[in-house]
Amino acid sequence: MTPAEIRDEILDILSEIAPDEDLSDLEDAKSFREQMELDSMDFLDIVMELRKRHRVQIPEDEYTNLASMASTVSYLEPKMKDIIKA
Amino acid sequence: MSTTEYDTIIIGAGMSGLAAGIRLAHYDQRVCVLEKHYTIGGLNSFYRINGRNYDVGLHAMTNFTEKGAKKGPLARLLKQLRFRWDDFQLAPQAGSAVAFPHIQLNFNNDIQLLRSEIATHFPTQIDRFDRLLSELIEYDDLKQEDFEISTRQVLGGIFADPLLIEMLLCPLMWYGNARQDDMDYGQFCIMFRSIFLEGFARPFKGVRLILKNLVRRFRELGGHLKLRSGVERIDVDSGHAMGVTLEDGTQLTAKRILSSAGVVETMRLCSDSSVVDVDRTGELTFIESISVLDCQPKKAGFDKTIVFFNDSDKFHWHQPESDLCDVRTGVLCSPNNYLYGDTEGELEAGFIRQTSIAHFGRWMELDERAYRQQKMRWYDLSTQAAAQFVPDFRRHVIDTDVFTPKTIRRFTSHDNGAVYGATKKQLDGTTHLDNLYLCGTDQGFVGIVGAIVSGISMANQHCLRSDL
Repeated sequence: MTPAEIRDEILDILSEIAPDEDLSDLEDAKSFREQMELDSMDFLDIVMELRKRHRVQIPEDEYTNLASMASTVSYLEPKMKDIIKA
Repeated sequence: MSTTEYDTIIIGAGMSGLAAGIRLAHYDQRVCVLEKHYTIGGLNSFYRINGRNYDVGLHAMTNFTEKGAKKGPLARLLKQLRFRWDDFQLAPQAGSAVAFPHIQLNFNNDIQLLRSEIATHFPTQIDRFDRLLSELIEYDDLKQEDFEISTRQVLGGIFADPLLIEMLLCPLMWYGNARQDDMDYGQFCIMFRSIFLEGFARPFKGVRLILKNLVRRFRELGGHLKLRSGVERIDVDSGHAMGVTLEDGTQLTAKRILSSAGVVETMRLCSDSSVVDVDRTGELTFIESISVLDCQPKKAGFDKTIVFFNDSDKFHWHQPESDLCDVRTGVLCSPNNYLYGDTEGELEAGFIRQTSIAHFGRWMELDERAYRQQKMRWYDLSTQAAAQFVPDFRRHVIDTDVFTPKTIRRFTSHDNGAVYGATKKQLDGTTHLDNLYLCGTDQGFVGIVGAIVSGISMANQHCLRSDL
């Protein structure tokens, strides 16, 4: 997956977690917590969805990399580069 | 060969069990929800008699927040279960009250109404009320040691007028206090937020809409739901749950078990337990009378959503000393009096439901004939007691139904028919077995939203993380 595809995938997960949320004006550099009020349960969900969909494993002490869209994409890039977008 | 090995077995198809089931099935676990009864819901259920829909359990959903709210238990459960706000079709309350002799405090889903009522009726206490509000916002729930502090002690340190303390405690105890007389401060904070700071709402179609949404989602995700499947015992080997044996002898095995049966009741199911700590069992149970009116309740003068009343300056939160019921305090609720959308219109009939405190043992001792007679007698006595505090609607009543502690016991399997479960909660959900966990009422959260959040958080904490 390219960084742009990873970004789309994360957006898709976020829209599944929060279907009522308008994600069109999400700022990549700002934290999810700040913009969407995501809590620890939601971050666990992002991790679980990535595992469910792509078998990507994220150790608990690396959850902090998921703080914003920008940090998430750059953290996931090496882990997901060999995954072919379905 | 068919396999009966599950990742997780959940005992009880109430709100918490179904919510936990959805979480686990969503993440591809093989999960089975076992329900003793022929229908789902536990205490929160519904039935149809004489062409009318009745709800039991739910008066109101607490923790109401408007569509778009990002914080609070309702927003959290919607995200966790992948529902949209509109799936629950929640209509906010019209307005409620706490009524004591010669004084009534009105409140709705905006805390400013309660605040201004207190400023009017208790002018010397309003600064203290504001202090309580700021403390509540800072309170960090879910620490067991702080949770069990005495609420009466905390409030006694804040307020100088004991009547205001009683009036604040009345609705909060009615909607979620398993202890008699006093309340855990943790429970008080949860209830205060869920009722006064968030608020009441109800789907037009009642609790059935919520249950049907939950069960449909669970089944779509491949979860198994087995009705009429009471658990005879939890099979234990060396501190580990191996699975369960059902009342019909069927054995099911699982990696872990999540039980909503209650802490004492779950311990009793374990094949290794010889001593069960029954002191934790709650004592508070209720009767509920349902009156069907010949008109919308507001036409009979009853325009409130919920009225909590108490007939003296001291709130009576205790099981009846000598009789079947104690009707000095009660809750009246009309499912008609919510602000439903224009497309929904009004409910087909007028309903007023009234809950009174009852004594479990005395109701269970009655023979069939006495049981029927006492239901009628206490219907009359409770509605008579209510007539001191709300407009007398009795001449409009065209049909009635009453459920008792016996009914509650049958549907919840809680000892003593204790609606709010054990007096001591197990906030982390753990038990003496390394793979048996609790969810629901005895884990600490009550109410519909609370029960669902309990199922979600125990599933996350004990059944999903361990798989990571």
